[in-house]
Amino acid sequence: MAINPKKHEMPTQEPQVRAHNFNEVALGYTAQIAVEEAKRCLNCKNKPCVSGCPVNVNIPDFITKIKEGDFEGAYSVINKTSSLPAVCGRVCPQETQCESKCTLGIKFEPVGIGRLERFAADWHNEHTKDKAQIPPSNGHRVAVVGSGPSGLTCAGDLAKKGYKVTVYEALHTAGGVLVYGIPEFRLPKAIVAKEVETLKELGVDIEPNVIIGKTLTIDELFEMGYEAVFVGSGAGLPNFMNIPGEAYKGVYSANEFLTRSNLMKAYLDDPQTPIMKGGKVAVVGGGNVAMDAARTALRLGAEKVYIVYRRSMDELPARREEVEHAQEEGIDFRILCNPVEILGYNNESDPRDPKNGFVKGIRCIKMELGEPDASGRRRPVAVAGSEFDLDVDVVIMSIGTSPNPLIKSTTKGLEVNRWGGIIVNEDGLTSREGVYAGGDAVTGAATVISAMGAGKTAAKAIDEYLSKR
Amino acid sequence: MYKIVRKKVLNPTVTQMEIDAPLVAKKAKPGQFIILRVDEAGERIPLTVAGCNPDEGTVKIIFQVVGATTELLNHKEAGEYIQDFAGPLGVATHTDGIKNVCIVGGGVGCAIAMPVAQEFHRLGAKVTSIIGFRNKDLLILEDEFKACSDKLIVMTDDGSYARQGNVTVPLKEMLEAGEKFDMIITIGPLVMMKYVTLTAKPFDVPVTVSMNPIMIDGTGMCGGCRITLVQDGKRVTKFACVDGPDFNGYEIDFDEAMSRGRMYSDFERHAHQAACNLFKKA
Repeated sequence: MAINPKKHEMPTQEPQVRAHNFNEVALGYTAQIAVEEAKRCLNCKNKPCVSGCPVNVNIPDFITKIKEGDFEGAYSVINKTSSLPAVCGRVCPQETQCESKCTLGIKFEPVGIGRLERFAADWHNEHTKDKAQIPPSNGHRVAVVGSGPSGLTCAGDLAKKGYKVTVYEALHTAGGVLVYGIPEFRLPKAIVAKEVETLKELGVDIEPNVIIGKTLTIDELFEMGYEAVFVGSGAGLPNFMNIPGEAYKGVYSANEFLTRSNLMKAYLDDPQTPIMKGGKVAVVGGGNVAMDAARTALRLGAEKVYIVYRRSMDELPARREEVEHAQEEGIDFRILCNPVEILGYNNESDPRDPKNGFVKGIRCIKMELGEPDASGRRRPVAVAGSEFDLDVDVVIMSIGTSPNPLIKSTTKGLEVNRWGGIIVNEDGLTSREGVYAGGDAVTGAATVISAMGAGKTAAKAIDEYLSKR
Repeated sequence: MYKIVRKKVLNPTVTQMEIDAPLVAKKAKPGQFIILRVDEAGERIPLTVAGCNPDEGTVKIIFQVVGATTELLNHKEAGEYIQDFAGPLGVATHTDGIKNVCIVGGGVGCAIAMPVAQEFHRLGAKVTSIIGFRNKDLLILEDEFKACSDKLIVMTDDGSYARQGNVTVPLKEMLEAGEKFDMIITIGPLVMMKYVTLTAKPFDVPVTVSMNPIMIDGTGMCGGCRITLVQDGKRVTKFACVDGPDFNGYEIDFDEAMSRGRMYSDFERHAHQAACNLFKKA
């Protein structure tokens, strides 16, 4: 039988419909499509896909189970190495990881590994009501700082080995960036809540409203009897461009805009937390977070949404699928453009004009690509005299973050690099004995799966460290 | 969930509560703040700590009913619970080397100024307090300030109690009379803090202001609380939640901060009205 050269399409909501609701865009494979897609896997001996996965999911094994119709079996294979399969199946950049190594991908489109992972996880969540069993205790206690992807992964792996784990979360809800950052239409919050529930069934305690570095320090965690600490406190303060006008009302960081909409539910009809809805919106940046902010603004009722990005389409760091979805929904990509100033409303004849101090536009300059820079990408250079204005009411800055200062400033002997990222060795060990770290707190803004990989590595190292004691 | 242990009405719009939060009570220092949510759907609001009792495990907050969230909070009674209470956040007020301090509080800002005054008093500094209110009915914490101040001056805008006028009037008089404060610490409405700073400037006295911008997470993640400082002619962005809330008054761009503070004033007015209507119906 000839192999279908193309992946089975992911059923999605129609772009014109989904641009006005917060329901999930991708609807997931049916059982029939999943089995058909699974049959495309060549089950090759050297399994290159596994090496492309930061948490080394045994991909050919779980795909074989799907092929055989054993969907729960497929979930069990994934669950052995990944604590958050329903999350990864949705937000991993598979095209640059597992799927980029797929043998089938040399000639055709690779197997839809991410879509199959999501299918297996969703099938399990829908059909299996058995609670996870608390493994026998080994008597050791570990504290995890932050309940984002790295913290949850580390906690899950350690709990499965019999450790008593407490996760401390600064916000009121567990999930970190999975709940405050990634929008409902890409990752429904019920899915995150389900994954957190599974960890609780494994005996993991989650303590919200505790800010490590403030409410408790790392040293106090050791005094309380924890024998090791994993720091997965995530990305911190948002970066701004330091151009004139960034203090006008209507300029948000992507973190603030997304937190208001996602965590604080400002997208609901009668929210208690306000957000500026409607009008025209410019999102500055080209990563996944920028795509999330732009598509959120659209769903909140914006009449026009621009992405302003200084390089070309080829250099957009966002996942291909997110860019395509954004384009289908009508987001206007203004590439090779860089903001130089944000323009504000200022009625000089009436200082009490309520519009005073609000954004009215963004001034950009056109860019062209010059010689390659240190990252290997061609460096964008401003074209002199090419400034132009876009009329907008809201500007969302999505140009990265710098690590949160709260833990490093209260933890003696914890070394950080010149950007403030915590320094770790290949096992995730910091400069302090028993203190491990991973995720954005170490690398700066990166992906959910790389954070999970770091949580996994640290869990293994913590297990080795405490087993020897 | 966090229990409201005690509740006391200080004036028609200002309420004091003591909340059971042992971890916060153990750590909170004057000048720091907490973030709370009243209920499951509630917004996160920052409130500066007005005192704490580490032995009992309670934290004191004092708030003015200005919007929907404070309205909801004000309808909770002792024995009831609020959903979330996290802290302490922000950097505590610096007290090192200050032997002669002037505390200038305005309105509900006096609730935040009080623990700062008490801390300096405890450390043995000479404390001069100037507290101002719109009128006699809004006066709060006079006895508490009297107990921790070497000198206390009460001002009302309309003269209905004590001396009439702005807090800057007695401040200027003292500075002109040659009083050598090591530091002036001012907490209250932005416009008051701006004029306290301008009053002190000709006398070259350092001024610390306590900023209270709009916040969401309060932990250094969203950047909504950013303010602009002017340092050596350069404009620098700082975040009140992790870099503050105390800043050098001479560096703050007050006009920008005032404008940003009004970003959601329409929304807030409507939300407060809706919350009030809800309670009227009930």
